[in-house]
Amino acid sequence: MQTFTQLTSTVMPLPVNNIDTDQIIPARYLKVLDKASVAEGLFADWRYLSDGSPNPDFVLNQPLYQGAQVLLAGNNFGSGSSREHAPWALTGSGFRCVISTGFADIFNNNALKNGLLPLVVDESFFQQLLEKVQSNPKTEVTVNLENQTVLVEENNLSFEFEINPFAKKCLISGQDQLEYILSFEDKIIQFEQQTS
Amino acid sequence: MKPSSPKPLTLLDKIWNEHVVTQEADSPAILYIDLHLVHEVTSPQAFAGLRGRGLKVRRPDRTVATMDHSTPTINIDKPELLDAMARAQLQQLRDNCAENKVTLHELGSKNHGIVHVIAPEMGLVKPGMTIVCGDSHTATHGAFGCLAFGIGTSEVEHVLASQCLLQNKPKSYEVRVEGELQPGVGAKDIILALIAEIGTEGGTGFVFEYTGSTIQSLSMEERMTICNMSIEGGARAGLIAPDETTYAYLKERPNALQGQAWEDQVQQWETYHTDPGAKFDKTIFINASELQPMVTYGTNPGMGVFINSTVPDPAAEYQAEKRQSLQKSLTYMDLKAGTVMEGHPIQVVFLGSCTNARISDLRSAAQLLRGRKIADGVRMLVVPGSQQVKQQAEAEGLDQLFLAAGAEWREAGCSMCIAMNGDQLQPGQYAISTSNRNFEGRQGKGGRTFLASPLTAAASALTGKVTDPRKFL
Ligand code: SF4
Repeated sequence: MQTFTQLTSTVMPLPVNNIDTDQIIPARYLKVLDKASVAEGLFADWRYLSDGSPNPDFVLNQPLYQGAQVLLAGNNFGSGSSREHAPWALTGSGFRCVISTGFADIFNNNALKNGLLPLVVDESFFQQLLEKVQSNPKTEVTVNLENQTVLVEENNLSFEFEINPFAKKCLISGQDQLEYILSFEDKIIQFEQQTS
Repeated sequence: MKPSSPKPLTLLDKIWNEHVVTQEADSPAILYIDLHLVHEVTSPQAFAGLRGRGLKVRRPDRTVATMDHSTPTINIDKPELLDAMARAQLQQLRDNCAENKVTLHELGSKNHGIVHVIAPEMGLVKPGMTIVCGDSHTATHGAFGCLAFGIGTSEVEHVLASQCLLQNKPKSYEVRVEGELQPGVGAKDIILALIAEIGTEGGTGFVFEYTGSTIQSLSMEERMTICNMSIEGGARAGLIAPDETTYAYLKERPNALQGQAWEDQVQQWETYHTDPGAKFDKTIFINASELQPMVTYGTNPGMGVFINSTVPDPAAEYQAEKRQSLQKSLTYMDLKAGTVMEGHPIQVVFLGSCTNARISDLRSAAQLLRGRKIADGVRMLVVPGSQQVKQQAEAEGLDQLFLAAGAEWREAGCSMCIAMNGDQLQPGQYAISTSNRNFEGRQGKGGRTFLASPLTAAASALTGKVTDPRKFL
């Protein structure tokens, strides 16, 4: 897994609540057998017009926000299906962090396993950051995972976020979670013997 | 001195405690998984990961696969008609299962169907188990008093390799439902009402336990409908403590134990309930006798109302994001605030999905359609949840009844619930659907979904409009 320590980047605003995984990656893009080819379906129904050309009104297609590695999205991001194709589509498109006031559980888990940081902020920070990036798309944030802070330098705006300590450790060290589980194989065997 | 009585536990506590293999400080628990269900869409990358590590499935005997999401519901004997990607995905699952000696319920075979319909049917789901699947509606199986939840593909790989998952313990949320349901109101209406009340993020971080006299009065199939949509309320799982209804259902399953062995098993299952005095982290109360048939108007399952109510007005939302989100939904749905839902035209009716495609759902819709015809210009798709449901329905003549009413009768699968197999809405069409998600484009790009019960779907098919089923009862 790609590690995550610190990131400075511009921010792409998508202030819509309840963006579900069917919006992040519509089901017709789920027939693939790999992870890499999922990215072209990111936000497909919003991003492309009916003739398949890019929708110039959608933020992902706006030149001002190109290259952003941080997505700022409305509350309850990633609700709906368990498809891990959602974080794959985001990381495949260059995103390393999603900032929101809340994430759906399964999306949160899936993101963490792909080096994508789901960062929860409060309503007030969300609104202030949104205003900044909408009025000045060049606004940069610095996310520091070790200190658990997100900082908007030129405005002196900052927020201390919470993250589960194990998830933090895995992101920083790139710990492979399956390896971690398998390091307890003797206990798994013991458990199976006791319960069978 | 009297020994102090043990601390009262919730059903969640009990199942959780029994499955923790180990838990290190500051780390999630390693939780043992009793049953792993697999389907074609969320597993290919997990098997590939396993192969990359030189590992095999650890417990093929605890792993069961089916193909349901991208499978056709017509011409299942003509795989050449499927698109190349779907065909490759199905073949990949066959290869992965063969290589790892995992049982696969192949398209068209006796136990084939939607993963969440077939597992209980085959008697694989039992009280006290932990069950996972790379599919959010795994919550369905909680109807039997097991901890069942959806996982992502990385976690599918973890379970394939180790039969375990890293998990933080969720909090418990009691959903107490009391009172007698009015005729024409059922399980689907209860769950849609709950989600409308708490919102799609209301249960985030929790496991619901449904309790109360109304829940106890429901059949196993109705309980599955409720638990199925726990995820739409943000909870990863829903639980219902097992009782006589559960045991009677399980007794009928293939390979059920007999005689004393059965009695002993039931005795053990009876321990799976929340102890008196145990504390839930949160509780909500629903009065079932006040409920009416529900229908959704928007683009998430929390946007539901009583069928004779109106579409809410975004202007009444004081919070900007909420106002904009509601406005965005109504624009997509092309609905005006203040419109009465009942009477809104529909072009398609979908009776299917892991929420409502069991035999009782089909019977309930059939009861309204008997001797009647669906409205001109309406397309109604009836897609049984499994081959077994299909056979049963055909034995009862329901297929003929649906066909005579003007509906299409299909093979088992997910079909228009997720629209991956060609069964889909056309842009702009309105559908009334017994499935679980009304997200933008869920049932076909540009399609618009009203979620409702099988009864409401059938009544609406007859009139071509959103219709209160009580008019036909
Ligand atoms: S029927 Fe729908 S919700 Fe159920 S498993 Fe299939 S796609 Fe998912």
